[in-house]
Amino acid sequence: MTTLANTSPMRGIHLSRVASVVAFARREFRDAISSRWFLLYTVAFTVLAVAVSFMSLAGSGSQGFAGFGRTTAGLLNLIMLVVPLMALNAGAGTIAGERERGTLLYLLAQPISRVELLLGKYLGLAAALCGSLFVGFGLSAAVLAWRAGSVGLTAYAMLVAFTCALALAMLSVGILLSVLSRRSGVATGLGLFAWLILVFLSDLGLMAGTILFKLRVQEVFAIGIANPLQAFKMAVIVNMNASLDVLGPVGMYASQTYGQALPWILAAVLAVWTIVPLVAALILFNKRGSV
Amino acid sequence: MIEASHVTKRFRSVTAVDDLSFQLAQSESLALWGSNGAGKTTLIRCLLGIFPFQGSISINGIDVRRRGKQARATVGYVPQELAFHDDARLGSSILFFAGLRRADRHAAARSLDAVGLLGHEKKRVRDLSGGMKQRLALAIALIADPPIIVLDEPTSNLDASGRGEVVQTLCRLRDKGKTLVFASHRPDEVITLAQKVLVMERGKLLEETTPEQLWPKDDRVQTIRLHISMGTDEAAAEVLRDAGLAVNLNGHGLCVSVPRNRKAEPVSVLARASIEVRDFEILDDVSETAEQSGGAPK
Repeated sequence: MTTLANTSPMRGIHLSRVASVVAFARREFRDAISSRWFLLYTVAFTVLAVAVSFMSLAGSGSQGFAGFGRTTAGLLNLIMLVVPLMALNAGAGTIAGERERGTLLYLLAQPISRVELLLGKYLGLAAALCGSLFVGFGLSAAVLAWRAGSVGLTAYAMLVAFTCALALAMLSVGILLSVLSRRSGVATGLGLFAWLILVFLSDLGLMAGTILFKLRVQEVFAIGIANPLQAFKMAVIVNMNASLDVLGPVGMYASQTYGQALPWILAAVLAVWTIVPLVAALILFNKRGSV
Repeated sequence: MIEASHVTKRFRSVTAVDDLSFQLAQSESLALWGSNGAGKTTLIRCLLGIFPFQGSISINGIDVRRRGKQARATVGYVPQELAFHDDARLGSSILFFAGLRRADRHAAARSLDAVGLLGHEKKRVRDLSGGMKQRLALAIALIADPPIIVLDEPTSNLDASGRGEVVQTLCRLRDKGKTLVFASHRPDEVITLAQKVLVMERGKLLEETTPEQLWPKDDRVQTIRLHISMGTDEAAAEVLRDAGLAVNLNGHGLCVSVPRNRKAEPVSVLARASIEVRDFEILDDVSETAEQSGGAPK
């Protein structure tokens, strides 16, 4: 049997915490990659990403920028639809699913804390999600590099990085919904509702609000980037070295007002969307004491 | 070793455990006895620090409320409802829990061996019988060789032979000096395994006693499971209780504890109340088996 006899008590406690988190993360990763839904999302994303790459190339001859640049632009809308759905779904099932199966009680009866359990699950799912995205992006990049060289690769790499950030943010929201729900069906339903709001309804609401309340451009910008999907979209467009003018007066205002700081501001928005729901989930899971 | 003081657990307006106190020394075995809703399972969950509660519980001097993780490291737990990931293999399941309890592969193998599951590591959990799942739960509870084993109706899902095996394993653990805390609705198990009994009803501690006082040796009871018409369970239980019989109505049926020389009494009591008994079975007396194999409480 392993012991921590040769380590100081505090170091032993820290090691024990890390070991518990790692144990949960490994199991969650294994469970996620063997789940049918997860495999389906991965295959769907990969097929669509590769298809977008081929379509981008077909319309551009073999110019490098056209290869990665057009693919990045083409993938943007696909990512905004698929990745939040995938991450929200994965997060929503985790705690509520364990609760429904009755396994949560059994896990909590082990010498672990609720924080370790939730953090381990988050990290395991995050690794599985990012791994799944890397498969899709990797195959798509391979096709592009083979047919069109590596021009525009930096913007593509930034797209991958921001997509992972978006996935982590949506995963946090999904886990928060999971903590709040007693049944996995309810959590998944809430996840779908959140996806609908973020993908479709928030844009419509913003448009309606702008007309109804005659919002100023800075207010529209502030409300717009509060939606992580909009922050993601702007960040990717900025990183493609493209002008935000395509987004109209709001884009122009953002470019002129924030300049070089804009990508950092947008990255910070995604970081907030990752940290705040996760911390809220940790606090609620710890406080409620429910199994 | 375990000291519970004024433990109270409320779920909104329902008080599941009401101002309950007890002490248990090292190597003692304690049975929680009472009908469904008595608060046995809730008390066990409080003991493990899973539920927040009022009052205090300490295990080996460790406050469960403040240092639940450290307290749980000294406790192996076997739940009433066995909940494992069905797709996982037995081997990977036990290694996962070994990881959580800082035990290595050898400890996991020893634990599987102790419950007779060594060699079944490749099997998926969903392919295990109820008895094997129960033994897996016991193996997980024993991985890190904790001094205390807490079991919530450990034999409720088992047939007679599975029940006997589990009770004998628990007898061996008790004889090795482990402290046992278990909930049960079977008098034979309590008689065989327990030195102390907490009799609970609606969350309250009615009395702290011994199996000998609860069921005097000369008047040992036998448990009868009655099969009666659907929907009359509650009424039948009420009639039997009114007749002074110890009744346990749970998910597994209506069980009545009666002296060995009055086994027909529940049937005639129900017949007088016009409740039809379709069939009955006399549940195996595990205490006899255990006593024959030298497992009676010391």
